[in-house]
Amino acid sequence: MPAFSKDDLMKNISITFLILMIVWILLNNTLQIDILIPGIIIALLSSLLFCRKCEVFSDIKLTPKAFAYTLVYLIIFFIDLYKSNIDVSRRVLSPSLPINPGIVEVKTRLKSKFGRMVLANSITLTPGTLTVEVKDDSFFIHWIDVEDDEIENASKKIVEKFEKYLEVIYG
Amino acid sequence: MEIFGAIITLIGSLVLLIASIGLVRMPDVYNRLQVGTKATTLGTILSLAGLIVIVPAWAGKLVLLVFFIMMTNPVSSHVMARAAYYIKIPFSSKTKVDKLKLSKKVLKTKIESK
Amino acid sequence: MVNTILTIAMAIILLSIAISMIRFLIGKTSVDRVIAFDIMTVSSIALIAVLAKMTGRIIYLDIALVYGLLSFLAVIIIAKYLEKSL
Repeated sequence: MPAFSKDDLMKNISITFLILMIVWILLNNTLQIDILIPGIIIALLSSLLFCRKCEVFSDIKLTPKAFAYTLVYLIIFFIDLYKSNIDVSRRVLSPSLPINPGIVEVKTRLKSKFGRMVLANSITLTPGTLTVEVKDDSFFIHWIDVEDDEIENASKKIVEKFEKYLEVIYG
Repeated sequence: MEIFGAIITLIGSLVLLIASIGLVRMPDVYNRLQVGTKATTLGTILSLAGLIVIVPAWAGKLVLLVFFIMMTNPVSSHVMARAAYYIKIPFSSKTKVDKLKLSKKVLKTKIESK
Repeated sequence: MVNTILTIAMAIILLSIAISMIRFLIGKTSVDRVIAFDIMTVSSIALIAVLAKMTGRIIYLDIALVYGLLSFLAVIIIAKYLEKSL
């Protein structure tokens, strides 16, 4: 476990507080002060009590560049989500079931835990790929249509398009 | 405008229908999971997005639902795939490669943790 | 007009739940059944949301949220149980 500085703790607590507050406001769908106050109290208490040791958010960089890349990443991710669905629907509906599945291994350059989690989730939601197991820096991916089972080529095809954005956001 | 939203909802429900057809047609567990994650996520997101267009006043809760589904769906399909792999559910005969079996790294840690 | 289209959408979602039920019944392995259950739940969330629009009750959306949360927890716990690490 890495050293846990005071700044990191503050950052974790404030990010947890922000997420809880956004959820509260969206759930109540209002900005009235008498509904906001209990929300602030509960969010503050739970982030102070339960976020003593959570370190997941320490990897997030809060710079303008990271925000811009997050937006670009979301757009790319949604385009890929649509493409993956059209692809999978085509496979499901064609009578001969054109699938060619297998489990391939890919390597990632990302170091942080949070970045790897986001990467694994994105892989699961995009064209015919599903993360089966994660060990250190290698992901084992069930691919519905195996084009190439070499580590380098598979990594280039599956991971690279997300990696260059996530690298800036999470490091 | 409302009709536009209703059509988006209709497209979402069609995607959900494709997901369930795929669930019945696919030959093994892993391919069923593929269809299950991707198609149901997009189907539900489209249905809820259509409702956001129809009733903008409910946007807060609907956006919360969309984010919730986007966070949880890949996680649940990943844990199911992992569980299916470790209790050795067989692959379909179409499967070409299985790099996970060849990898010593995983086997070793799995034995050590027992 | 909107209500007609939404009714058709609801019918299609119900049909998809019924087709998933086939996989739930023939199953073969437990993982198949859990996947079918998961797909049925996610479809039901869409169904409940459309129903909330048609009856005009926003409270149904809360039910959809809690339902999704519970089914997610259920899938995680079943997976842990199947892996024998519970």
